[in-house]
Amino acid sequence: MTLTYDLHIHSCLSPCGDHDMTPGNIIGMSMLKGLDVIAVTDHNSCGNCEAAMKIGKDYGITVIPGMELTTLEEVHVVCLFADIKKAMAWDAFVYKQLMEVKNNEEIFGTQLLYNAEDEVIGKKDKLLINAANISFDRVYDLVDSYGGIMIPAHIDKQANSLLSNLGFVPPESKFHIVELKDFSNLHRLQKENPYLLECKVLSDSDAHYLNDISEKGYTLTADSKTPEAVIKSLKNTLSGKEYKNAGVFKKRSL
Amino acid sequence: MTVKDLLGEESFQLINESSQMETEITKPFCCDLLSIAMSKAPAGAVWITVMGNVNTLAVASLTETACIILAESSVLDDTASEKAKTEGIPVFRTEQPIFEAAVKVMKMMEKKG
Repeated sequence: MTLTYDLHIHSCLSPCGDHDMTPGNIIGMSMLKGLDVIAVTDHNSCGNCEAAMKIGKDYGITVIPGMELTTLEEVHVVCLFADIKKAMAWDAFVYKQLMEVKNNEEIFGTQLLYNAEDEVIGKKDKLLINAANISFDRVYDLVDSYGGIMIPAHIDKQANSLLSNLGFVPPESKFHIVELKDFSNLHRLQKENPYLLECKVLSDSDAHYLNDISEKGYTLTADSKTPEAVIKSLKNTLSGKEYKNAGVFKKRSL
Repeated sequence: MTVKDLLGEESFQLINESSQMETEITKPFCCDLLSIAMSKAPAGAVWITVMGNVNTLAVASLTETACIILAESSVLDDTASEKAKTEGIPVFRTEQPIFEAAVKVMKMMEKKG
C-alpha cells in the first residue's frame, strides 16, 4: 500500500522544539496534513515516542519510534525502529554516550517528557543536542543490532549533515537510505556522490514547529501500515556495498 | 582590548552589531565542534569558527564568549541571525581561514598590550 509520510519530526523533548509540539498536537496536525505514517525523532532521545504511538493508534496514524542521533562528528542521523522496546533500549544506550553536560533551559530550551494523556511527566537532565560518543562509521552496525535503520539526515543542509560535516560519503558506508530537505538537490548531490545513486531517498520536514510538519505529498510503499512493515520496506533495499559487490556500480554510466 | 577594536582589522566585517561591543577580549579560541566549544571556550574569547547555525549562538551565550568570527566566508543562517540579535552577540565575518584569523586577533592583542 502507498503511505504518505513524514519521518523526521521533533517534539518538545528537543530543547529547540516548540512548546506546542506535544505528542497529541503532533498527531492532530499530522491528521490535518493527511499523513499516514510519521516518526517522532528527538535529538538523542526516544522519550516521547511511546506517548505519540499510543495517541496515534487512537487516531489511525502510524508512529514509528525514532531518534535524531548526533554523532561524535555532530552529523545528524535519523534512526528508526520497528518497536518501542528496542527503541527505548537504544535510547538508554545513547543517553549513556552523551556528555555529562546538563541542559540550561534558559539558553537551549526545555526538554519535556509527555504521557499518552498529553501531560508533562518529567524532563531530561543532560543536554540532548550534544554529540554522543558514537562515531558515524559505527552507527549502521549499532542501530542494526537494535533492529533499526539509519538515515543520514538532511544531507543537503549546510549544518550537522553528513556532507557538510564529513565532506563526503565515507567509502566504507553501509547505509542505503538518505534524507533530503529539498528533493531539487538530489541530482546535484548524486553527481557529486555516486554512492547516493544506490540509495533510497526520503524527504522529511525536520519540523520543530507544528506548521512545519509535511503537507501530504511524498509517499512510500509497505505491505501494511504498521511500524514493522514500514521498517521492513525501508530495509528492503540492497546497501551501497552490496550493490558494488553485485556489480551495479560498474553497469551504471554516470 | 575590546570587541570594538576588532573593527580596526579590515578583513573582519561586522555582520551583527550589538550593545556588547565594549566587552574585554581574553584570547582567540578556535573550534568547530559545538560539543567541545561548549565545555572549553573561555569566557571573553573571540571564538573563530565556520559553524554559523543557531546552536553556535547558544553556545556562545552559554560560555560568555565576547564575540564570534565566522571564518572562510561562512554565513549565519536565518535562525542563527535572529538569535544573534536577541542574544546581543557581536558577529564578524571574514574570508580568512580560521588559523590566519586567530593570528590576526592575537597580533592585535599583543599590539594593544
